[in-house]
Amino acid sequence: MKHRPLWGTVVLYALAALVVLISVYPFLYAVSTSFKSGAALFDTNLWPTAPSFANYIGLFEGSQPFGRHLLNSIMVATLTVTCAVLLGVTAAYALGRIQFKGKGLLLLAILGVSMFPQVAVLSGMFELIQSLGLYNRALGLVVPYTIFTLPFTVWILTTFMRQLPKELEEAAIMDGCGPLRIIFLVFMPLLWPALVSTGLLAFIGAWNEFLFALTFVVDDAERTVPVSISLISGANAFEIPWGSIMAASVVVTVPLLALVLVFQKKIVSGLTAGAVKG
Amino acid sequence: MNVQMNRQSRYSLFLTKLVAAFVPVIAISLAAMTPAHAVTVTIACGTNGADFEFCKRHTGEWAKKTGNTVKLFSQPISTTDSLALYRQLFAAKSTDVDIIIVDVVWPGIIKDHLLDLKKYSKGVESQHFPAIVANNTVDGKLLGMPWFTDAGLLYYRKDLLDKHGLKVPDTWEDLAAAAKKVQAAERTPAAADFQGFVFPAKAFEGLSCVALEWVASYGGGSIVDSSGKVTINNASAVKALNTAASWIGTISPNGVLNYAEEDTRGVFQNGKALFMRNWPYAYSLMQAPDSPVKGKFGVAPLPKGGAGGKNAATLGGWQLAVTKYSKVPDAAADLVMFMTSAEVQKDRAIKGSYNPTRPDLYKDKDVIAANPFMASLLDVFTNAVARPSTATGIKYPEVSQAFWDATHDVLSKKSTGEEAVRKLEGRLNQVKRNKW
Amino acid sequence: MNNRTRTAWLFLAPMIILMIVVAAWPLGRSIWFSFTETNINDLAASRFVGFENYFGEFGLFANPNHSEGFWRSDWGVSIRNTFTFAFFSVGLETLAGLGVAMLLNQEFRGRAFVRTAVLVPWAIPTIVSAKMWGWMLHDQFGIINQMMVNAGLIAQKVAWTADPQYAMWTVVAVDVWKTTPFMALLILAALQTLPKDCYEAAKVDGVHPLRLFWKVTLPLIKGPLLVAVIFRLLDALRVFDLIFVLTSNSSSTISMSGFVRREMIDNGNMGYGSAASTSLFLIIFLAAFIFMRLARVKLSEESA
Repeated sequence: MKHRPLWGTVVLYALAALVVLISVYPFLYAVSTSFKSGAALFDTNLWPTAPSFANYIGLFEGSQPFGRHLLNSIMVATLTVTCAVLLGVTAAYALGRIQFKGKGLLLLAILGVSMFPQVAVLSGMFELIQSLGLYNRALGLVVPYTIFTLPFTVWILTTFMRQLPKELEEAAIMDGCGPLRIIFLVFMPLLWPALVSTGLLAFIGAWNEFLFALTFVVDDAERTVPVSISLISGANAFEIPWGSIMAASVVVTVPLLALVLVFQKKIVSGLTAGAVKG
Repeated sequence: MNVQMNRQSRYSLFLTKLVAAFVPVIAISLAAMTPAHAVTVTIACGTNGADFEFCKRHTGEWAKKTGNTVKLFSQPISTTDSLALYRQLFAAKSTDVDIIIVDVVWPGIIKDHLLDLKKYSKGVESQHFPAIVANNTVDGKLLGMPWFTDAGLLYYRKDLLDKHGLKVPDTWEDLAAAAKKVQAAERTPAAADFQGFVFPAKAFEGLSCVALEWVASYGGGSIVDSSGKVTINNASAVKALNTAASWIGTISPNGVLNYAEEDTRGVFQNGKALFMRNWPYAYSLMQAPDSPVKGKFGVAPLPKGGAGGKNAATLGGWQLAVTKYSKVPDAAADLVMFMTSAEVQKDRAIKGSYNPTRPDLYKDKDVIAANPFMASLLDVFTNAVARPSTATGIKYPEVSQAFWDATHDVLSKKSTGEEAVRKLEGRLNQVKRNKW
Repeated sequence: MNNRTRTAWLFLAPMIILMIVVAAWPLGRSIWFSFTETNINDLAASRFVGFENYFGEFGLFANPNHSEGFWRSDWGVSIRNTFTFAFFSVGLETLAGLGVAMLLNQEFRGRAFVRTAVLVPWAIPTIVSAKMWGWMLHDQFGIINQMMVNAGLIAQKVAWTADPQYAMWTVVAVDVWKTTPFMALLILAALQTLPKDCYEAAKVDGVHPLRLFWKVTLPLIKGPLLVAVIFRLLDALRVFDLIFVLTSNSSSTISMSGFVRREMIDNGNMGYGSAASTSLFLIIFLAAFIFMRLARVKLSEESA
């Protein structure tokens, strides 16, 4: 058991509490707003005086098929992460462990894709999506999302790959493993923290993307969740229905948090990094 | 036996052939008897819950009458996002939507993509407000049928004006004086944030509307006149902007520089302001049972700019238009005429408080009975000032943005009225290049 | 080409092909548009004008109509705003992320819960959290002003997002709140992958924790840390949503992406807007390049 002085423990827990409070407070505010309606929305108290589920019920019974949008988002984000991680891991192996000419240039070129503002590639991407027949389908969004997640995924995985010990790879080669087996059987277990981190961030990125989802999908049944939230309307042209928007935001954020809770164990499993010794 | 069967089977064969010969004839005649035009028209006619309900109901009536189907198209809430989306669809010559709801400043911008409705309207547009029809007519083509309208109004706290013995202000100067007096009296420690006058002054299209009202009320013109000449650099416009700037920090909080319509309504509805400038939609919302100002406020035309000025309200509102790429233009135009007819507009006015675009309806007793304050709006709408969107065509967004930027600079004391207006003139001439 | 190199290119092939097919066309089109005069109203009627959008009479740089100099023009102001924002935001969130990651690296009860809680700001969609903060920072009925007035910290309610004095810092603060989890998560992954034996050895030797951090930990996590910083820098230089939703969005607070969007989408000037976005790309490229040089990031390093 590690021996930690008492004051150290107190400071630790105090800091943890502070961090949690700052991170979560606005979300708590959103949750509380989602239980208010009418004029109570403009009132500054944290807890609603007359809480009700009206906003949540209204979400699923409104004119937009919110439930369907949730499913679309889950499908799109999952596919994006799968593609990005698969392509990213294989590319990272090449970039991180093999020395070849043009590697630096390639890495820069990949980075370059992340340097363009989304709005600039919008109309070109629109034409491309239409010509590929992916227009107006939720699945069609996986293509641009994967492309724009790849640079980040590749760079992070490359960096982590680079740090893995050479002895492990040499031992596996001596055992007769081909590169694919090395990647998936030897390196993957060690890379879990990096994989989970990039996977989570890629999922969240795809989940929350708005501009492409708005422009490339106009059919109500195929929309994803961020656009759905932006379409939540009030009773008139100017009213911003805070209650409904906050309810939708809560519904939309909870799956992400659940995902994090489930996967965050894996971030800690780098303890096997000591497997090389002895 | 063979011969008997042969005769029977020959007979049935003959019958079969007879029926077979007639089937196509029957089929064709049946087809000819059904209406030739059972088409699907896609309409985007609103962004919020109330709009949707009305749209569904009225388009449903038309669908039953004509045997066509109507599909509703969801567009983004924000007007800027909608316009961007439509322009993207037009660039792709999309047939995803046939009828779109067009903001009052859009006809000039998207004029190349809308159908001329003159041959379908057959002159019925003369029954609508002339200002709106003129706004929707670009290069002699009627690009949109007026559907419902809007104009800026002055909201005031009846109870507070009575309490301090003041009447509804006639000029901006009167308003400032009244606001100053009441604000000083009402700012007790318990209500330290009581404001005299709140209005939307965030750097967006709404500010262009508000600022145009100030400029026009002092006789300063409408930024660009109908012939395309840039007229903003004049003394009246300077006076208007400087006057408005003097309110910030005295009778209006600094925060208005980031207020949109809803923030403004929030402050007034919470009872924290004496005057508000907003659109008519706020009226029924503030009369809701849980509103703190229910029954305590009234509306009036916006004040004049000094004794020699005039009441000016910026024209808002929406029209219905048919896209050029529609595969069903005749049916679509018919639906547009139906939705903008007197019956449908009257129904929308009574049940949804949508301001009609037909002057006759403002004297209709059913409409007035349902919305008493609409009677006072007739003059406001007749004399409303249109933004220079028709004159400046596709460059209107840039013009408006230059105008609201200049105004925002004056309001946030970054520049004086004179400098701002002079720079604005230069900038607008650059945007114009040689012609709009 | 030896066997290993061939394997490398084989593994890279799917990714490269996908990128060329999907990314090349839109990017190329955007750069092409920047050399034309095109309006979104009619894409087919585009006219080739060379470098006019960049350096011409009505261009971005060297425009004779910029009466008060380049840095007071809309494009110049947006560049200044964006770099100020990026510098402070990325700097602060790196420090905060480092702190939070070190905290989460410790063992204590409820760690799983804290780790999940810390990710909440990043998980909420930007548009929503921007609106949420806008609501909380509202000068009339915002809870922040309420709390600060009640606590006696300020005398009067402050217009955090409207007042030009405070607007930029408010946006930086909200951005740091939102993106610290991103940095924290990546740094934590790096910390977790560190070989524990280094620490054991240092502890046995009685090394002071601060020296341990500076001389041992930091160099070991330098790789992932720098990658995280580079990507955050790229994101910060392309900031749009936050400033658009949170502030009054006038020309004086606009970011480079905001300028691009305004020109391309609101004003419909595809040519001019594409020139701005290509310039944005080049500026970002330059900034990233300089940063990597300064931080001595080696791209072709052999594996450890």
